Amino acid sequence: MMKSKPLPADPMIRQLIRQAQNAQMGRRTLLAGAGAGATALALAACSSGAAVKPTAAADTSATDKIIRWDNWALYVDVDDAGNYPTLDAFKAQTGISVKYTEAVDDNNSYYGKVKDQLALGQDIGADAVCLTDWMVSRMIRFGYTQELDHANIPNLANLLPSLQDVDFDPGRAMSVPWQGGFAGLAWNKEKYPQGLTSVEDLWAPELKGRVGVLSEMRDTMGLIMLDQGVDISGTWGEEEFTAAIDEFKKQVSDGQIRNIKGNSYKEDLANEDTLAAIVWSGDIVQLNAENGDKWGFVVPEKGGTLWNDNFVVPIGSPGKKNVEELINYYYDPAVAAEVAAYVNYITPVVGAKEAMLAIDPTLAEDPLIFPDEATLANAYVFRGLDGTEEQTFNAQFQAILLGAA
Amino acid sequence: MAFAAFSSQAAPSTDPVARRRSPVALFLLLPGILYLVLFFLTPLVSLLLTSFQAPREFGDIGQFDYAFRWQNYVEVVTTYWPHIARSFGYALAATFFALLISYPLAYFIGVKARRWPLLQSLMLVLVIAPFFISFLLRTLAWKQLFSDESFVVQSLKALSLLGPEAHVTGTAFSVIFGLTYNFIPFMTLPLYTTLERLDLRYLEAGNDLYASPFHVFRKVTIPLSMPGIVAGTLLTFIPAAGDYINASRDFLGGTGTQMMGNVIEANFLVLQNFPAAAALSIILMTVILVIVSIYVKRSGTEDLL
Repeated sequence: MMKSKPLPADPMIRQLIRQAQNAQMGRRTLLAGAGAGATALALAACSSGAAVKPTAAADTSATDKIIRWDNWALYVDVDDAGNYPTLDAFKAQTGISVKYTEAVDDNNSYYGKVKDQLALGQDIGADAVCLTDWMVSRMIRFGYTQELDHANIPNLANLLPSLQDVDFDPGRAMSVPWQGGFAGLAWNKEKYPQGLTSVEDLWAPELKGRVGVLSEMRDTMGLIMLDQGVDISGTWGEEEFTAAIDEFKKQVSDGQIRNIKGNSYKEDLANEDTLAAIVWSGDIVQLNAENGDKWGFVVPEKGGTLWNDNFVVPIGSPGKKNVEELINYYYDPAVAAEVAAYVNYITPVVGAKEAMLAIDPTLAEDPLIFPDEATLANAYVFRGLDGTEEQTFNAQFQAILLGAA
Repeated sequence: MAFAAFSSQAAPSTDPVARRRSPVALFLLLPGILYLVLFFLTPLVSLLLTSFQAPREFGDIGQFDYAFRWQNYVEVVTTYWPHIARSFGYALAATFFALLISYPLAYFIGVKARRWPLLQSLMLVLVIAPFFISFLLRTLAWKQLFSDESFVVQSLKALSLLGPEAHVTGTAFSVIFGLTYNFIPFMTLPLYTTLERLDLRYLEAGNDLYASPFHVFRKVTIPLSMPGIVAGTLLTFIPAAGDYINASRDFLGGTGTQMMGNVIEANFLVLQNFPAAAALSIILMTVILVIVSIYVKRSGTEDLL
């Protein structure tokens, strides 16, 4: 406690100061009381991460003909006027209107926004969300998703056979793929004409400090592990992961790898900070369209990763049946082709390639949108991790990203 | 608490009128108090409680229970001490450079340009003008200007000021540069408001007493502009220490330049390690509070607070 300052001589000012000081005392006692109240409130609320799984909301699809769909940017067809042609056609066909929002910027930050409501079983303001495999896996584990009624989705028969059974969602009871893509290697064809064929090529001395990798653990680590001969879909464990982490750490601390980024890696390729990088296939199609075929893309010879973003119905949504109708609509090959022609990612719908021939034959031949058998055979899905693995592997990966090696 | 350092505690008053509490004053304070309780105190208490949480036994990612696990603090300090040190180091450097740039600027606008009011207001507008564009966009623009193939970096390399393999983005330089750049207006404006009121007759008096211009500046101008300096440095240092945009890998930083804000973000969003993120936030707040209260006491400007 510091010594009190002498008060000014003016009696009026003295009076004012005293009054202010007394009011301050009052505020302090009041705050103390309020603090106790807040403590009780906070304690009464549940701890982080509920122990009990929430229950699904009652379905009001029959009366509320609306779907609130949260999705990633540039992930559905848009025309020049800003309308969504396939969604408009869906409304004309079924009478269900769709409020489409580009609300997902990143799996983690989206999850961070909605997780507390999900844990309480509340409506998060979305009836359908498209999130990546591993995040869907976590949400299913926690019971944050609703079980889909396949009887309402007859077109689900068009789902690619390789995606019908995934380890995080056997039989696709809770999730249905929306679009997918590869993580592979890209290089600047002008500045690095020799190109790349394997992850090992990224460690070439000429590329020192000009290599970028993705901040998505499963893609960067997946590619390095595949390069080290690990089948990432199979039964690998801590040992294999640590071996790949060591390699990754070495390349970062040697300054070979310069950038580790999410979506913004595209800017680095464009301004040539990075000349070679681990990238997502669909982005390179778009970048090449904007900048004139400047980058090459390859799935590494020892294998690339394949991921999907999947529809899930959050536990608190009252519109599950409407969403099932929406999924059924997008699993019509003709509609799937219309979307694929715009977004340039891999569609999970069988027959879309044939439908695409009618829209744009050159796109139908693009191996990044409609990969051939050989490419698909060389693409692996990172196996599902349990809670403990997710924590320890993420911690090891983030430690390198934060430079606390 | 450090709060106490800011308020001079009155000795028990003997004046009976002053001791009586005015209900009107309390009533008028009510909205402010409610606001503080709801949006400051409740989150703060919740943050404090979270920082002591323990992982749930056999729990999944992001599952914690209330406990008194003080080891959280030991763990984050031993793991992240480089980031803590870096945060305050960068913030201090940025504050220093911002002051170095802003003081002459504010002096020119507030003192030298007094004769030309139009110029004065024009320059003030120029200082504020960057606020019309989101600072995210401005920071991204700097990232482009500092990119490897940019004119700036290529010229520096041609002049051999930079090695052939050197780069600017992702270095301590670019992060401190970004922090300095982004906080210059926050430094300039408080400095301007005090310098604008600077009574030039004091400087004349100093000259008349045979003080050199440097002496006058050091003994008269600086002490008179101290409130502006303190306000400006606080407005720069506090947000700079917690900043996570400039140092972010997506902006001007790299893996070697991550600050506390980035660590908190990674722990909160990616690792779902809420206790660690909360403990780091509490540490950040406490250290800032201690530094600021010492600074304010030392500079003799308690009246500002």
